Amino acid sequence: MSIELKQVSYTYMPKTPFERQALREVSLTIAEGSFTAIAGHTGSGKSTLVQHLNGLLTPTSGQVLVDGIDLADSSKAGREQARRARQQVGMVFQYPEQQLFEETIAADVAFGPQNQGLSGEALMQRVREAMELVELDYDKYKDRSPFQLSGGQKRRAAIAGVLAMQPRYLVLDEPTAGLDPCGREALIRTICTLKKKWELTIVFISHSMEDIARLADSVIIMKQGELAMQAAPAEVFAQDDLLQAAGLKKPHILALLQKLQAAGIPVRAEALTIEDGVQAIREVLARAK
Amino acid sequence: MAFIEVENLTHKYHPGTSQEFVALDKVNLSIAAGEFVAVLGTNGSGKSTLARHLNGLLLPTEGRCLVDGLDTCKAQDLWQIRQQIGMVFQNPDNQLIAAVVEDDVAFGPENLGVEPQEIRRRVKEALAAVHMTKFRTYAPHLLSGGQKQRIAIAGALAMHTRCLVLDEPTAMLDPQGREEVMRTVQRLHDAQGITIVYITHFMEEAAQADRLVVMDAGKVVADGKPQELFADAGAMKKRGLDVPVAAEVSWRLRQKGIELPADIVTDEELLKALEAYTCQSN
Amino acid sequence: MLSNITLGQFFPGDSVLHRLDPRVKILLLLVYLIEVFVFSHPLAYAVLTVVTFLLILLSGVPMRMMLRSLKPLWWIILFTFLIHLFSNPGTPLVRVWIFTMTWEGVQKGFFLSLRLVLLILASSLLTFTTSPLKLTDALESLLSPFRRFGLPAHELAMMMTIALRFIPTLIAETDKIMKAQQSRGVDFSHGNVLTRLRNMVPILVPLFLSAFRRADELALAMEARCYRGGVGRTQMKALQLLSIDYAAVAVFILLTAGLAAIQIMA
Repeated sequence: MSIELKQVSYTYMPKTPFERQALREVSLTIAEGSFTAIAGHTGSGKSTLVQHLNGLLTPTSGQVLVDGIDLADSSKAGREQARRARQQVGMVFQYPEQQLFEETIAADVAFGPQNQGLSGEALMQRVREAMELVELDYDKYKDRSPFQLSGGQKRRAAIAGVLAMQPRYLVLDEPTAGLDPCGREALIRTICTLKKKWELTIVFISHSMEDIARLADSVIIMKQGELAMQAAPAEVFAQDDLLQAAGLKKPHILALLQKLQAAGIPVRAEALTIEDGVQAIREVLARAK
Repeated sequence: MAFIEVENLTHKYHPGTSQEFVALDKVNLSIAAGEFVAVLGTNGSGKSTLARHLNGLLLPTEGRCLVDGLDTCKAQDLWQIRQQIGMVFQNPDNQLIAAVVEDDVAFGPENLGVEPQEIRRRVKEALAAVHMTKFRTYAPHLLSGGQKQRIAIAGALAMHTRCLVLDEPTAMLDPQGREEVMRTVQRLHDAQGITIVYITHFMEEAAQADRLVVMDAGKVVADGKPQELFADAGAMKKRGLDVPVAAEVSWRLRQKGIELPADIVTDEELLKALEAYTCQSN
Repeated sequence: MLSNITLGQFFPGDSVLHRLDPRVKILLLLVYLIEVFVFSHPLAYAVLTVVTFLLILLSGVPMRMMLRSLKPLWWIILFTFLIHLFSNPGTPLVRVWIFTMTWEGVQKGFFLSLRLVLLILASSLLTFTTSPLKLTDALESLLSPFRRFGLPAHELAMMMTIALRFIPTLIAETDKIMKAQQSRGVDFSHGNVLTRLRNMVPILVPLFLSAFRRADELALAMEARCYRGGVGRTQMKALQLLSIDYAAVAVFILLTAGLAAIQIMA
């Protein structure tokens, strides 16, 4: 089971003076259970790409398959199936708190599942579950207005609204943008819990190479509407030329270790996290003793 | 007296109601002309409230705020204060007023009643200073976030501001935009001696300042050089903040008993310290 | 993408018409519109038609685009023509059921429709050759004498400027919120009118909230940049009449005199 893109191309406003090709022949697979990061310069096609994953955009050419089902299937037999497949993919946009609109948090979280046709006890159960998933206490918060929450909590409430639809794939566009370091850490912890406990497949767009390095097991690099590479973080961050061409940096700790190495300190320059980096330096220093 | 003097400043939102909230609690701070101060703190620590007192967008509940000797509470001095203290806000979309870049930069001087000929000159100069001359006839919505923030900076420069207060100007930008803004601010500080008050959550940006002010729950809880404050990564993390990578690495190494100097902030400083350390032990 | 929609129908260019002071253009258009109504002699119409098409040629705006501006009003023009065709007494030409088409009717219908076409073309010529921003400046300047009667000319112009600045931003935002709610299972393309209206709530509420937040922040930003209304304010691009504007006015006066002569002689 996976999300599969087959030679997906997408053109905005075709046949007008504003025509712009945002994706060019992108083929990739997002395996179920993976923690996939998408990185790329602004305008590289990241956002256009993720909007294909739940059928918000339909490829100009090519196919998007979720668990083998073509999202664009409009045949009588396939339509209902495609609709259900689209709902397997939950989408959390940038600054998702901006889409809150109900009077109470519970009502807002219930909006998605209601659209799926849920009601009564089952609906309430879903809402409770989704709120607990993002660490918002149901009894405490259900009747509060979403607009009274802090920035970080609002974002959690909005994510709960997507989780309440029980997707199996969760796509997040820069989930930590605009939060302070503390809020960033807390939200990342929540996402990791979702991944582990609920076996959600996570796809996230990020500009932070540090976050990508420590979270992802697969990295998709986009460059000018094309897939530049899809590989494990260690492999991606070893490709200096490719990163540079895509306008990306490597994690700061790795760059630091490489600087040390270049200056003649024989340190292993592979670490992607601070912990590993410190370990590598300690090894060198121990040998020097 | 310093250029900016904040004396015993307290600010309460909704005073006297059930929602009363003390955002600033007896803050004292003085900033000299030409300084580059970074202000750190978690969300809700009072950074933005403080920033908005510096040009009288908010007025103290108690205490006072002086700019170049002028009190922000005196209505007749307010315009002179705002001319001297330019402000850049977080959301690049919500601070550009005109539908053409050069008209937007002209907005400040127009409000000050500057002669059209002189406005033209200032707009040209300000756009050149932020390296945006070639975008002068663009519509703002066609620019990137970093470019919009540079236009906002140019708008302040055109008022002949002496100090820029930037309230998380890079929070909504991508890494490239962050770098553009930071480089622009750095250049204006170095080349034109403009006083900078820079609020940020990004520690690598804060590390470039001459001085850090850390806020927590409406109070200034630390004030010093980046080298001093970043030396204690543990204390910073307890306040919900971060430290630059090199500072964190050296802090962790020191925790493990490796004797490195405590004032390491940049990669280069760490490199030198490690070189010295290995030489010494050989 | 919704965000690529252009505003108004400005056609960028550098023709004489583009370069004219927008105030002069607005005033000349008003006088022209009156002339189209006042001068009813066929020869006057011929002159006005020729002048209008010459101006279009001069503007560099493609004729195709000019004619497209007639499209929304095509029915009214046709209707005007038909009404006059059958409602004027005179020499009968054709008889259809109870309606009689007269020679006088053809004439009158033709001239009245032509009058409408000229009105629309001339007005479009103004919006094609003047950017919305310049129109705003011109309106502020033209309306400012009425300030003494309490008309907030500067405020109106400032509101228009801000609207022009923020419409693209809000369109992009609408697009984003729509997609976010679509991802939560809203279907905008199906259901009856009531369902569709109800489906607008999850879009309109966030959009309004965001617009208010933007307004709030923008007000702060404007205050921070010393904005305090129109009093004591200068303008970088203050409108100034140039020789080209005086020339245009002179040509127009000559034209009007000629038309008046035709009308009186006849």
